[in-house]
Amino acid sequence: MISVQGLTKSYGPTDAVRDLSFSVDRGEVVGFLGPNGAGKSTTMKILSGYLPADAGEVKIAGFDILNQSLKARARIGYLPENVPLYPEMRVGEYLRYRAALKGVRSRRITEKVEDALELCNISHVRNQLIGTLSKGYRQRVGLADALVNEPDILILDEPTIGLDPGQIREVRELIKGLAKRHTILLSSHILSEVEMTCSRVLIINKGQIVATGTPAELRERSGIALSGSVRMEIQTADRTNSETVLTILQSLEEVASASFVEGTSSSTSSWTRYEITPSFSSSSSGDPRPALFEEAVRRGWKLRELSAHESSLEEIFTSFVDRIPGAPERKTSIKETSTP
Amino acid sequence: MRIFWTLWKREVASAFQTPMAWVILFFLLLVTGFNFYAGVSVLNHGPTEVTVVESFFNTVFFWFSFLLLFPLLTMRLYSEEYRSGTIEPLMTAPVRDTQVVLAKFLGVLFLYAFLWMPTGLYFLIFWWQTHLTSAGAIGAFVGSYLLLLLMGMFYLSLGCFCSSLTRHQITAAVMTFAVIALFFLTGLLSFLAGHVDTVMQGITITFSPIDQMTQFSRGIFDTRPVVWYLVMTGLCLFLTLQSFQARRWRS
Repeated sequence: MISVQGLTKSYGPTDAVRDLSFSVDRGEVVGFLGPNGAGKSTTMKILSGYLPADAGEVKIAGFDILNQSLKARARIGYLPENVPLYPEMRVGEYLRYRAALKGVRSRRITEKVEDALELCNISHVRNQLIGTLSKGYRQRVGLADALVNEPDILILDEPTIGLDPGQIREVRELIKGLAKRHTILLSSHILSEVEMTCSRVLIINKGQIVATGTPAELRERSGIALSGSVRMEIQTADRTNSETVLTILQSLEEVASASFVEGTSSSTSSWTRYEITPSFSSSSSGDPRPALFEEAVRRGWKLRELSAHESSLEEIFTSFVDRIPGAPERKTSIKETSTP
Repeated sequence: MRIFWTLWKREVASAFQTPMAWVILFFLLLVTGFNFYAGVSVLNHGPTEVTVVESFFNTVFFWFSFLLLFPLLTMRLYSEEYRSGTIEPLMTAPVRDTQVVLAKFLGVLFLYAFLWMPTGLYFLIFWWQTHLTSAGAIGAFVGSYLLLLLMGMFYLSLGCFCSSLTRHQITAAVMTFAVIALFFLTGLLSFLAGHVDTVMQGITITFSPIDQMTQFSRGIFDTRPVVWYLVMTGLCLFLTLQSFQARRWRS
Protein backbone atom coordinates (compact mmCIF):
# COMPACT_ATOMS: atom_id res chain seq x y z
CA MET A 1 0.00 0.00 0.00
CA ILE A 2 2.87 2.33 0.76
CA SER A 3 6.13 2.03 -1.07
CA VAL A 4 9.04 4.34 -0.49
CA GLN A 5 12.21 4.26 -2.58
CA GLY A 6 15.35 6.24 -1.90
CA LEU A 7 13.60 9.06 -0.11
CA THR A 8 15.87 12.02 0.66
CA LYS A 9 14.96 15.35 2.17
CA SER A 10 17.15 18.01 3.65
CA TYR A 11 16.44 21.28 5.40
CA GLY A 12 19.27 23.49 4.26
CA PRO A 13 22.54 21.78 5.06
CA THR A 14 21.07 19.17 7.40
CA ASP A 15 19.70 15.93 6.07
CA ALA A 16 16.39 15.07 7.69
CA VAL A 17 15.93 11.86 5.74
CA ARG A 18 18.66 10.10 3.79
CA ASP A 19 17.97 7.45 1.15
CA LEU A 20 15.05 5.89 3.00
CA SER A 21 13.35 2.85 1.51
CA PHE A 22 10.61 0.68 2.93
CA SER A 23 7.18 -0.63 2.10
CA VAL A 24 4.00 -1.32 4.00
CA ASP A 25 1.60 -4.02 2.86
CA ARG A 26 -2.18 -3.96 3.03
CA GLY A 27 -3.51 -4.57 6.52
CA GLU A 28 -0.20 -4.09 8.28
CA VAL A 29 0.23 -1.90 11.34
CA VAL A 30 3.72 -0.54 11.15
CA GLY A 31 5.38 1.41 13.92
CA PHE A 32 7.83 4.09 13.03
CA LEU A 33 10.21 4.39 15.88
CA GLY A 34 13.03 6.77 16.55
CA PRO A 35 14.34 9.45 18.84
CA ASN A 36 13.21 13.01 18.29
CA GLY A 37 14.73 14.54 15.19
CA ALA A 38 15.26 11.14 13.61
CA GLY A 39 13.18 12.11 10.58
CA LYS A 40 9.88 10.47 11.50
CA SER A 41 7.69 13.54 11.07
CA THR A 42 9.48 14.60 7.91
CA THR A 43 8.92 11.18 6.37
CA MET A 44 5.25 11.25 7.33
CA LYS A 45 4.81 14.74 5.94
CA ILE A 46 6.25 13.55 2.65
CA LEU A 47 4.07 10.43 2.61
CA SER A 48 0.96 12.49 3.24
CA GLY A 49 1.78 14.76 0.33
CA TYR A 50 2.46 17.88 2.36
CA LEU A 51 6.19 18.17 1.77
CA PRO A 52 7.87 17.37 -1.52
CA ALA A 53 10.94 15.16 -1.27
CA ASP A 54 14.32 16.19 -2.66
CA ALA A 55 14.78 12.79 -4.22
CA GLY A 56 13.13 9.41 -4.22
CA GLU A 57 9.75 8.02 -5.02
CA VAL A 58 6.67 7.54 -2.88
CA LYS A 59 3.73 5.46 -4.04
CA ILE A 60 0.47 5.39 -2.12
CA ALA A 61 -1.86 2.58 -3.21
CA GLY A 62 -0.04 2.64 -6.54
CA PHE A 63 -0.34 6.40 -7.06
CA ASP A 64 2.71 8.61 -7.13
CA ILE A 65 2.45 11.20 -4.38
CA LEU A 66 3.85 13.96 -6.61
CA ASN A 67 2.34 13.29 -10.01
CA GLN A 68 -0.97 11.79 -8.95
CA SER A 69 -1.15 13.74 -5.75
CA LEU A 70 -4.92 14.15 -5.50
CA LYS A 71 -5.62 10.46 -6.00
CA ALA A 72 -2.94 9.50 -3.52
CA ARG A 73 -4.08 12.06 -0.95
CA ALA A 74 -7.69 10.86 -1.24
CA ARG A 75 -6.55 7.48 0.06
CA ILE A 76 -4.77 8.76 3.14
CA GLY A 77 -6.05 9.79 6.51
CA TYR A 78 -3.32 11.87 8.08
CA LEU A 79 -3.03 12.93 11.70
CA PRO A 80 -0.30 15.58 11.91
CA GLU A 81 1.83 16.01 14.99
CA ASN A 82 0.26 18.47 17.47
CA VAL A 83 -3.08 18.19 15.61
CA PRO A 84 -3.67 21.66 14.18
CA LEU A 85 -7.41 22.48 14.09
CA TYR A 86 -9.53 25.57 13.52
CA PRO A 87 -10.37 26.79 17.03
CA GLU A 88 -13.45 28.78 15.95
CA MET A 89 -15.26 25.75 14.52
CA ARG A 90 -17.42 23.25 16.36
CA VAL A 91 -16.45 19.59 16.40
CA GLY A 92 -19.32 18.30 14.27
CA GLU A 93 -19.09 21.25 11.92
CA TYR A 94 -15.36 20.69 11.45
CA LEU A 95 -15.79 17.01 10.66
CA ARG A 96 -18.56 17.75 8.16
CA TYR A 97 -16.27 20.31 6.52
CA ARG A 98 -13.40 17.82 6.36
CA ALA A 99 -15.63 15.07 5.00
CA ALA A 100 -16.85 17.35 2.21
CA LEU A 101 -13.29 18.41 1.49
CA LYS A 102 -12.24 14.80 1.19
CA GLY A 103 -14.95 14.16 -1.35
CA VAL A 104 -17.48 12.25 0.75
CA ARG A 105 -20.81 12.47 -1.09
CA SER A 106 -23.24 14.99 0.38
CA ARG A 107 -25.93 12.57 1.50
CA ARG A 108 -23.39 10.30 3.17
CA ILE A 109 -21.63 13.03 5.14
CA THR A 110 -23.95 12.92 8.16
CA GLU A 111 -23.63 9.16 8.40
CA LYS A 112 -19.83 9.13 8.08
CA VAL A 113 -19.41 11.95 10.57
CA GLU A 114 -21.64 10.13 13.06
CA ASP A 115 -19.55 6.98 12.62
CA ALA A 116 -16.31 8.85 13.19
CA LEU A 117 -17.71 10.67 16.24
CA GLU A 118 -18.90 7.38 17.63
CA LEU A 119 -15.67 5.54 16.95
CA CYS A 120 -13.51 8.18 18.58
CA ASN A 121 -15.93 8.58 21.45
CA ILE A 122 -16.50 12.31 21.00
CA SER A 123 -20.23 12.38 20.22
CA HIS A 124 -20.91 14.27 23.43
CA VAL A 125 -18.68 17.22 22.48
CA ARG A 126 -19.92 17.59 18.92
CA ASN A 127 -21.35 21.06 19.57
CA GLN A 128 -18.35 22.33 21.48
CA LEU A 129 -15.91 24.84 20.02
CA ILE A 130 -12.66 23.13 19.15
CA GLY A 131 -10.74 25.95 20.83
CA THR A 132 -12.22 24.96 24.19
CA LEU A 133 -11.29 21.28 23.99
CA SER A 134 -8.56 19.63 26.04
CA LYS A 135 -5.53 18.06 24.40
CA GLY A 136 -6.99 14.57 24.61
CA TYR A 137 -10.18 15.61 22.86
CA ARG A 138 -8.30 17.55 20.22
CA GLN A 139 -6.28 14.44 19.51
CA ARG A 140 -9.45 12.43 19.11
CA VAL A 141 -11.00 15.05 16.83
CA GLY A 142 -7.85 14.83 14.71
CA LEU A 143 -8.19 11.07 14.62
CA ALA A 144 -11.87 11.32 13.68
CA ASP A 145 -10.84 13.69 10.88
CA ALA A 146 -8.30 11.16 9.60
CA LEU A 147 -10.97 8.45 9.64
CA VAL A 148 -13.96 10.33 8.35
CA ASN A 149 -13.71 9.32 4.69
CA GLU A 150 -12.63 5.79 5.56
CA PRO A 151 -9.30 5.94 3.78
CA ASP A 152 -7.30 2.81 3.03
CA ILE A 153 -4.23 4.16 4.76
CA LEU A 154 -3.86 5.95 8.06
CA ILE A 155 -0.71 7.91 8.77
CA LEU A 156 -0.63 8.88 12.41
CA ASP A 157 2.17 11.09 13.68
CA GLU A 158 2.61 10.54 17.42
CA PRO A 159 -1.06 9.71 18.06
CA THR A 160 -0.71 9.42 21.83
CA ILE A 161 1.63 12.28 22.61
CA GLY A 162 0.38 14.60 25.32
CA LEU A 163 -2.41 12.29 26.50
CA ASP A 164 -2.95 11.01 30.02
CA PRO A 165 -2.54 7.28 30.69
CA GLY A 166 -6.27 6.57 30.42
CA GLN A 167 -6.53 8.35 27.10
CA ILE A 168 -3.39 6.63 25.83
CA ARG A 169 -5.01 3.28 26.55
CA GLU A 170 -8.19 4.36 24.77
CA VAL A 171 -6.33 5.53 21.69
CA ARG A 172 -4.30 2.31 21.58
CA GLU A 173 -7.47 0.26 21.75
CA LEU A 174 -8.93 2.40 19.00
CA ILE A 175 -5.87 1.87 16.79
CA LYS A 176 -6.00 -1.86 17.38
CA GLY A 177 -9.64 -1.83 16.32
CA LEU A 178 -8.83 0.19 13.21
CA ALA A 179 -6.15 -2.26 12.19
CA LYS A 180 -8.83 -4.62 10.91
CA ARG A 181 -9.93 -2.24 8.20
CA HIS A 182 -6.99 0.04 7.54
CA THR A 183 -3.32 -0.08 6.77
CA ILE A 184 -1.66 1.95 9.49
CA LEU A 185 1.68 3.65 9.77
CA LEU A 186 2.17 5.29 13.13
CA SER A 187 5.14 7.00 14.65
CA SER A 188 6.13 7.09 18.23
CA HIS A 189 9.10 7.42 20.46
CA ILE A 190 7.42 5.36 23.16
CA LEU A 191 8.53 1.82 22.61
CA SER A 192 6.01 -0.04 24.69
CA GLU A 193 3.31 1.60 22.64
CA VAL A 194 4.74 0.38 19.37
CA GLU A 195 5.28 -3.05 20.85
CA MET A 196 1.64 -3.17 21.91
CA THR A 197 -0.03 -1.96 18.73
CA CYS A 198 2.23 -2.77 15.81
CA SER A 199 2.83 -5.92 13.84
CA ARG A 200 6.08 -4.58 12.48
CA VAL A 201 8.57 -1.98 13.63
CA LEU A 202 10.85 0.29 11.65
CA ILE A 203 13.60 1.82 13.73
CA ILE A 204 14.86 5.04 12.25
CA ASN A 205 17.73 7.18 13.38
CA LYS A 206 19.37 10.17 11.72
CA GLY A 207 17.15 9.79 8.70
CA GLN A 208 17.99 6.18 8.02
CA ILE A 209 16.38 2.88 8.84
CA VAL A 210 18.59 0.99 11.24
CA ALA A 211 16.43 -2.05 11.86
CA THR A 212 13.12 -3.56 10.84
CA GLY A 213 11.12 -6.59 11.90
CA THR A 214 8.48 -7.74 14.35
CA PRO A 215 9.14 -6.79 17.97
CA ALA A 216 10.14 -10.41 18.64
CA GLU A 217 12.54 -10.55 15.72
CA LEU A 218 14.18 -7.35 16.77
CA ARG A 219 14.58 -8.64 20.26
CA GLU A 220 16.31 -11.72 18.93
CA ARG A 221 18.52 -9.84 16.55
CA SER A 222 19.69 -7.27 19.03
CA GLY A 223 21.50 -9.97 20.97
CA ILE A 224 20.24 -8.51 24.21
CA ALA A 225 17.55 -11.09 24.81
CA LEU A 226 20.17 -13.79 25.23
CA SER A 227 21.58 -11.98 28.17
CA GLY A 228 18.19 -11.35 29.77
CA SER A 229 19.26 -11.14 33.36
CA VAL A 230 17.77 -12.06 36.70
CA ARG A 231 17.63 -9.78 39.67
CA MET A 232 17.84 -11.07 43.18
CA GLU A 233 17.69 -9.12 46.40
CA ILE A 234 18.59 -10.94 49.60
CA GLN A 235 19.53 -10.47 53.22
CA THR A 236 21.91 -12.98 54.72
CA ALA A 237 21.05 -14.08 58.26
CA ASP A 238 24.64 -14.43 59.47
CA ARG A 239 25.81 -11.32 57.65
CA THR A 240 27.81 -13.33 55.20
CA ASN A 241 30.15 -11.10 53.27
CA SER A 242 28.55 -10.14 49.98
CA GLU A 243 31.71 -11.16 48.16
CA THR A 244 31.19 -14.65 49.55
CA VAL A 245 27.60 -14.61 48.33
CA LEU A 246 28.85 -13.76 44.88
CA THR A 247 31.20 -16.72 44.91
CA ILE A 248 28.40 -19.00 46.04
CA LEU A 249 26.09 -17.73 43.28
CA GLN A 250 28.71 -18.08 40.62
CA SER A 251 29.37 -21.64 41.62
CA LEU A 252 25.84 -22.60 40.58
CA GLU A 253 25.59 -24.43 37.32
CA GLU A 254 22.74 -22.27 36.03
CA VAL A 255 24.61 -19.02 36.60
CA ALA A 256 27.09 -17.68 34.09
CA SER A 257 28.06 -14.63 36.07
CA ALA A 258 26.85 -12.56 38.99
CA SER A 259 27.49 -9.02 40.12
CA PHE A 260 26.27 -6.39 42.54
CA VAL A 261 23.75 -3.92 41.40
CA GLU A 262 25.36 -0.56 41.98
CA GLY A 263 24.53 1.38 45.07
CA THR A 264 22.75 -1.37 46.93
CA SER A 265 25.66 -3.00 48.75
CA SER A 266 26.13 -0.18 51.25
CA SER A 267 26.99 -0.81 54.87
CA THR A 268 23.81 0.81 56.17
CA SER A 269 21.47 -1.54 54.31
CA SER A 270 21.69 -5.23 54.96
CA TRP A 271 19.77 -5.90 51.75
CA THR A 272 21.94 -6.49 48.76
CA ARG A 273 20.86 -6.76 45.17
CA TYR A 274 22.59 -8.98 42.65
CA GLU A 275 22.33 -9.21 38.93
CA ILE A 276 22.70 -12.68 37.55
CA THR A 277 23.33 -13.68 33.98
CA PRO A 278 22.00 -17.16 33.28
CA SER A 279 24.24 -19.68 31.63
CA PHE A 280 22.98 -21.72 28.73
CA SER A 281 24.54 -24.99 29.54
CA SER A 282 22.74 -28.09 28.35
CA SER A 283 21.39 -28.98 31.75
CA SER A 284 19.79 -25.63 32.49
CA SER A 285 16.64 -24.31 30.93
CA GLY A 286 18.04 -20.79 30.77
CA ASP A 287 16.01 -19.74 33.78
CA PRO A 288 18.14 -19.87 36.93
CA ARG A 289 15.39 -18.73 39.28
CA PRO A 290 14.37 -22.13 40.76
CA ALA A 291 18.01 -22.93 41.47
CA LEU A 292 18.58 -19.55 43.05
CA PHE A 293 15.53 -19.97 45.22
CA GLU A 294 16.68 -23.39 46.42
CA GLU A 295 20.10 -22.00 47.18
CA ALA A 296 18.61 -19.15 49.21
CA VAL A 297 16.46 -21.57 51.19
CA ARG A 298 19.38 -23.91 51.85
CA ARG A 299 21.56 -21.07 53.18
CA GLY A 300 18.75 -19.40 55.13
CA TRP A 301 18.85 -16.11 53.16
CA LYS A 302 15.83 -13.86 53.24
CA LEU A 303 14.62 -13.28 49.73
CA ARG A 304 12.93 -10.00 48.82
CA GLU A 305 13.12 -9.98 45.06
CA LEU A 306 13.71 -12.57 42.42
CA SER A 307 12.73 -11.42 38.99
CA ALA A 308 13.56 -12.20 35.43
CA HIS A 309 14.39 -9.03 33.64
CA GLU A 310 13.25 -9.47 30.07
CA SER A 311 14.91 -7.03 27.77
CA SER A 312 12.43 -4.46 26.55
CA LEU A 313 12.23 -2.92 23.13
CA GLU A 314 13.73 0.09 24.79
CA GLU A 315 17.06 -1.62 25.29
CA ILE A 316 16.88 -3.17 21.87
CA PHE A 317 16.16 0.20 20.41
CA THR A 318 19.06 1.77 22.25
CA SER A 319 21.35 -0.96 21.07
CA PHE A 320 20.39 -0.36 17.46
CA VAL A 321 20.56 3.38 17.62
CA ASP A 322 23.90 3.38 19.40
CA ARG A 323 25.40 0.99 16.91
CA ILE A 324 25.53 3.64 14.23
CA PRO A 325 29.05 5.00 13.91
CA GLY A 326 29.33 8.67 14.61
CA ALA A 327 26.13 8.81 16.61
CA PRO A 328 26.45 11.32 19.43
CA GLU A 329 26.49 10.23 23.05
CA ARG A 330 22.99 9.70 24.26
CA LYS A 331 21.34 8.64 27.44
CA THR A 332 20.39 5.02 27.66
CA SER A 333 16.81 5.71 28.56
CA ILE A 334 14.62 6.87 25.72
CA LYS A 335 12.12 8.43 28.06
CA GLU A 336 14.57 11.14 28.92
CA THR A 337 14.60 12.36 25.36
CA SER A 338 10.86 12.81 25.10
CA THR A 339 9.56 16.14 23.94
CA PRO A 340 9.08 18.79 26.58
CA MET B 1 -16.30 22.70 -7.86
CA ARG B 2 -17.88 21.23 -4.77
CA ILE B 3 -14.54 21.33 -2.99
CA PHE B 4 -14.16 24.98 -3.94
CA TRP B 5 -17.55 25.81 -2.39
CA THR B 6 -16.66 23.88 0.74
CA LEU B 7 -13.46 25.90 1.10
CA TRP B 8 -15.23 29.15 0.27
CA LYS B 9 -17.97 28.54 2.82
CA ARG B 10 -15.39 27.89 5.53
CA GLU B 11 -13.53 31.09 4.66
CA VAL B 12 -16.68 33.17 4.92
CA ALA B 13 -17.95 31.37 8.00
CA SER B 14 -14.66 31.70 9.84
CA ALA B 15 -14.73 35.47 9.32
CA PHE B 16 -18.14 35.68 10.94
CA GLN B 17 -17.44 33.14 13.65
CA THR B 18 -14.65 35.30 14.97
CA PRO B 19 -15.47 38.81 16.15
CA MET B 20 -13.24 40.35 13.49
CA ALA B 21 -15.83 40.83 10.75
CA TRP B 22 -18.31 42.35 13.18
CA VAL B 23 -15.76 44.71 14.70
CA ILE B 24 -14.68 45.92 11.27
CA LEU B 25 -18.30 46.30 10.20
CA PHE B 26 -19.09 48.34 13.31
CA PHE B 27 -16.27 50.81 12.86
CA LEU B 28 -16.73 51.05 9.11
CA LEU B 29 -20.40 51.96 9.56
CA LEU B 30 -19.49 54.42 12.27
CA VAL B 31 -17.00 56.24 10.06
CA THR B 32 -19.05 56.11 6.85
CA GLY B 33 -22.15 57.12 8.78
CA PHE B 34 -20.41 60.24 9.99
CA ASN B 35 -19.07 60.74 6.50
CA PHE B 36 -22.58 60.64 5.08
CA TYR B 37 -23.83 63.05 7.70
CA ALA B 38 -21.03 65.46 6.76
CA GLY B 39 -21.92 65.08 3.09
CA VAL B 40 -25.56 65.92 3.71
CA SER B 41 -24.77 68.85 5.98
CA VAL B 42 -22.77 70.41 3.14
CA LEU B 43 -26.07 70.68 1.28
CA ASN B 44 -27.53 72.70 4.11
CA HIS B 45 -25.06 75.49 3.44
CA GLY B 46 -26.65 76.36 0.16
CA PRO B 47 -26.29 75.08 -3.40
CA THR B 48 -23.20 73.03 -4.25
CA GLU B 49 -21.81 71.48 -7.40
CA VAL B 50 -21.46 67.97 -5.98
CA THR B 51 -24.14 65.41 -5.28
CA VAL B 52 -24.36 63.44 -2.04
CA VAL B 53 -22.89 60.38 -3.73
CA GLU B 54 -19.96 62.36 -5.01
CA SER B 55 -19.21 63.88 -1.66
CA PHE B 56 -19.68 60.58 0.15
CA PHE B 57 -17.04 58.77 -1.88
CA ASN B 58 -14.53 61.59 -1.88
CA THR B 59 -13.73 62.51 1.67
CA VAL B 60 -10.77 61.85 3.90
CA PHE B 61 -13.02 59.71 6.13
CA PHE B 62 -13.96 57.48 3.25
CA TRP B 63 -10.44 56.98 1.95
CA PHE B 64 -8.98 56.52 5.38
CA SER B 65 -11.33 53.72 6.35
CA PHE B 66 -11.09 52.31 2.85
CA LEU B 67 -7.29 51.95 2.98
CA LEU B 68 -7.29 50.50 6.49
CA LEU B 69 -9.79 47.85 5.51
CA PHE B 70 -7.48 45.73 3.35
CA PRO B 71 -4.67 44.87 5.76
CA LEU B 72 -7.29 43.97 8.39
CA LEU B 73 -9.29 41.75 6.06
CA THR B 74 -6.43 39.87 4.43
CA MET B 75 -3.67 39.58 7.02
CA ARG B 76 -4.91 36.39 8.58
CA LEU B 77 -5.80 34.51 5.39
CA TYR B 78 -2.60 32.54 4.91
CA SER B 79 -0.46 33.68 7.84
CA GLU B 80 -2.80 32.21 10.41
CA GLU B 81 -2.92 28.86 8.63
CA TYR B 82 0.88 28.76 8.46
CA ARG B 83 1.25 29.75 12.06
CA SER B 84 -1.32 27.41 13.60
CA GLY B 85 -0.29 24.59 11.27
CA THR B 86 -3.81 24.07 9.90
CA ILE B 87 -2.27 24.40 6.45
CA GLU B 88 -1.04 20.83 6.92
CA PRO B 89 -4.41 19.08 7.23
CA LEU B 90 -5.73 21.45 4.55
CA MET B 91 -3.09 20.59 1.98
CA THR B 92 -3.03 16.88 2.75
CA ALA B 93 -6.72 16.70 1.86
CA PRO B 94 -7.31 16.13 -1.85
CA VAL B 95 -7.59 19.81 -2.77
CA ARG B 96 -5.77 21.77 -5.47
CA ASP B 97 -3.64 24.78 -4.65
CA THR B 98 -5.66 26.88 -7.11
CA GLN B 99 -8.88 25.94 -5.32
CA VAL B 100 -7.46 27.15 -2.01
CA VAL B 101 -6.13 30.41 -3.47
CA LEU B 102 -9.38 31.20 -5.27
CA ALA B 103 -11.57 30.22 -2.31
CA LYS B 104 -9.61 32.46 0.01
CA PHE B 105 -9.73 35.38 -2.42
CA LEU B 106 -13.41 35.07 -3.28
CA GLY B 107 -14.23 34.48 0.37
CA VAL B 108 -12.64 37.71 1.48
CA LEU B 109 -14.10 39.54 -1.54
CA PHE B 110 -17.55 38.44 -0.42
CA LEU B 111 -16.81 39.71 3.06
CA TYR B 112 -15.63 43.02 1.60
CA ALA B 113 -18.79 43.39 -0.47
CA PHE B 114 -20.87 42.51 2.57
CA LEU B 115 -19.19 45.27 4.57
CA TRP B 116 -20.08 47.96 2.02
CA MET B 117 -23.62 46.79 1.45
CA PRO B 118 -25.20 48.65 4.38
CA THR B 119 -23.84 51.96 3.07
CA GLY B 120 -26.39 51.70 0.28
CA LEU B 121 -29.03 52.22 2.96
CA TYR B 122 -27.77 55.75 3.50
CA PHE B 123 -28.81 56.74 0.03
CA LEU B 124 -32.16 54.97 0.38
CA ILE B 125 -32.85 56.83 3.62
CA PHE B 126 -31.88 60.10 1.97
CA TRP B 127 -34.33 59.44 -0.84
CA TRP B 128 -37.07 58.39 1.56
CA GLN B 129 -36.66 61.49 3.74
CA THR B 130 -36.12 64.15 1.10
CA HIS B 131 -37.83 62.62 -1.94
CA LEU B 132 -34.72 63.62 -3.86
CA THR B 133 -32.25 61.20 -5.38
CA SER B 134 -28.78 61.54 -3.94
CA ALA B 135 -27.13 61.47 -7.34
CA GLY B 136 -27.85 62.86 -10.76
CA ALA B 137 -28.43 59.47 -12.35
CA ILE B 138 -28.46 55.77 -11.55
CA GLY B 139 -25.07 55.50 -13.27
CA ALA B 140 -23.46 57.37 -10.41
CA PHE B 141 -24.45 54.62 -7.97
CA VAL B 142 -23.44 51.86 -10.34
CA GLY B 143 -20.15 53.58 -11.13
CA SER B 144 -19.24 54.23 -7.51
CA TYR B 145 -19.95 50.74 -6.31
CA LEU B 146 -18.38 49.15 -9.40
CA LEU B 147 -15.16 51.04 -8.77
CA LEU B 148 -15.35 50.12 -5.11
CA LEU B 149 -15.53 46.47 -6.14
CA LEU B 150 -12.72 46.75 -8.68
CA MET B 151 -10.38 48.51 -6.28
CA GLY B 152 -11.31 45.98 -3.66
CA MET B 153 -10.39 43.10 -5.95
CA PHE B 154 -6.94 44.50 -6.61
CA TYR B 155 -6.13 45.47 -3.04
CA LEU B 156 -7.54 42.26 -1.58
CA SER B 157 -5.53 40.12 -3.97
CA LEU B 158 -2.48 42.17 -3.01
CA GLY B 159 -3.29 41.44 0.62
CA CYS B 160 -3.63 37.74 -0.19
CA PHE B 161 -0.18 37.79 -1.73
CA CYS B 162 1.40 39.54 1.27
CA SER B 163 -0.28 37.13 3.66
CA SER B 164 0.95 34.14 1.67
CA LEU B 165 4.53 35.32 2.15
CA THR B 166 4.72 35.20 5.92
CA ARG B 167 3.47 33.39 8.98
CA HIS B 168 3.21 36.65 10.91
CA GLN B 169 -0.11 38.43 10.53
CA ILE B 170 1.29 41.81 11.52
CA THR B 171 4.07 41.56 8.93
CA ALA B 172 1.45 40.73 6.31
CA ALA B 173 -0.69 43.69 7.39
CA VAL B 174 2.22 46.13 7.30
CA MET B 175 3.33 44.93 3.87
CA THR B 176 -0.20 45.17 2.49
CA PHE B 177 -0.70 48.65 3.86
CA ALA B 178 2.69 49.84 2.60
CA VAL B 179 2.14 48.61 -0.95
CA ILE B 180 -1.42 49.94 -1.15
CA ALA B 181 -0.31 53.27 0.27
CA LEU B 182 2.42 53.40 -2.36
CA PHE B 183 -0.10 52.97 -5.17
CA PHE B 184 -2.43 55.45 -3.53
CA LEU B 185 0.22 58.11 -3.02
CA THR B 186 1.50 57.69 -6.57
CA GLY B 187 -1.98 58.68 -7.60
CA LEU B 188 -1.71 61.85 -5.52
CA LEU B 189 1.22 63.04 -7.65
CA SER B 190 -1.25 64.69 -10.01
CA PHE B 191 -2.31 67.02 -7.20
CA LEU B 192 1.27 67.90 -6.42
CA ALA B 193 2.12 68.61 -10.02
CA GLY B 194 -0.48 71.36 -10.10
CA HIS B 195 -0.87 71.99 -13.82
CA VAL B 196 -1.17 68.54 -15.25
CA ASP B 197 -0.37 67.80 -18.86
CA THR B 198 -2.23 65.04 -20.68
CA VAL B 199 0.53 62.44 -20.50
CA MET B 200 0.88 62.85 -16.78
CA GLN B 201 -2.88 62.71 -16.44
CA GLY B 202 -2.99 59.50 -18.44
CA ILE B 203 -0.55 57.91 -16.04
CA THR B 204 -2.09 59.18 -12.85
CA ILE B 205 -5.63 58.24 -13.76
CA THR B 206 -4.42 54.65 -13.81
CA PHE B 207 -2.96 54.93 -10.34
CA SER B 208 -5.15 57.47 -8.65
CA PRO B 209 -8.20 56.04 -6.91
CA ILE B 210 -9.25 59.58 -6.04
CA ASP B 211 -9.34 60.76 -9.65
CA GLN B 212 -11.11 57.57 -10.67
CA MET B 213 -13.69 57.89 -7.94
CA THR B 214 -14.34 61.52 -8.86
CA GLN B 215 -15.22 60.38 -12.36
CA PHE B 216 -17.11 57.21 -11.52
CA SER B 217 -19.20 58.85 -8.81
CA ARG B 218 -20.38 61.32 -11.44
CA GLY B 219 -21.43 58.42 -13.60
CA ILE B 220 -18.55 58.78 -16.05
CA PHE B 221 -17.29 55.38 -17.07
CA ASP B 222 -13.65 54.89 -18.05
CA THR B 223 -12.34 51.53 -19.23
CA ARG B 224 -8.69 52.18 -18.33
CA PRO B 225 -9.10 51.70 -14.56
CA VAL B 226 -11.31 48.66 -15.16
CA VAL B 227 -8.66 46.94 -17.24
CA TRP B 228 -5.91 48.03 -14.86
CA TYR B 229 -7.63 46.59 -11.78
CA LEU B 230 -8.64 43.35 -13.46
CA VAL B 231 -5.13 42.75 -14.80
CA MET B 232 -3.52 43.59 -11.47
CA THR B 233 -5.92 41.29 -9.61
CA GLY B 234 -5.02 38.45 -11.93
CA LEU B 235 -1.32 39.16 -11.48
CA CYS B 236 -1.56 39.27 -7.69
CA LEU B 237 -3.52 36.03 -7.56
CA PHE B 238 -0.96 34.39 -9.81
CA LEU B 239 1.83 35.56 -7.50
CA THR B 240 -0.12 34.32 -4.50
CA LEU B 241 -0.38 30.87 -6.05
CA GLN B 242 3.36 30.87 -6.78
CA SER B 243 4.36 31.90 -3.28
CA PHE B 244 1.87 29.49 -1.74
CA GLN B 245 3.36 26.58 -3.68
CA ALA B 246 6.95 27.73 -3.22
CA ARG B 247 6.49 27.89 0.51
CA ARG B 248 6.06 24.15 0.70
CA TRP B 249 8.97 23.46 -1.62
CA ARG B 250 11.18 25.65 0.49
CA SER B 251 10.16 24.36 3.90
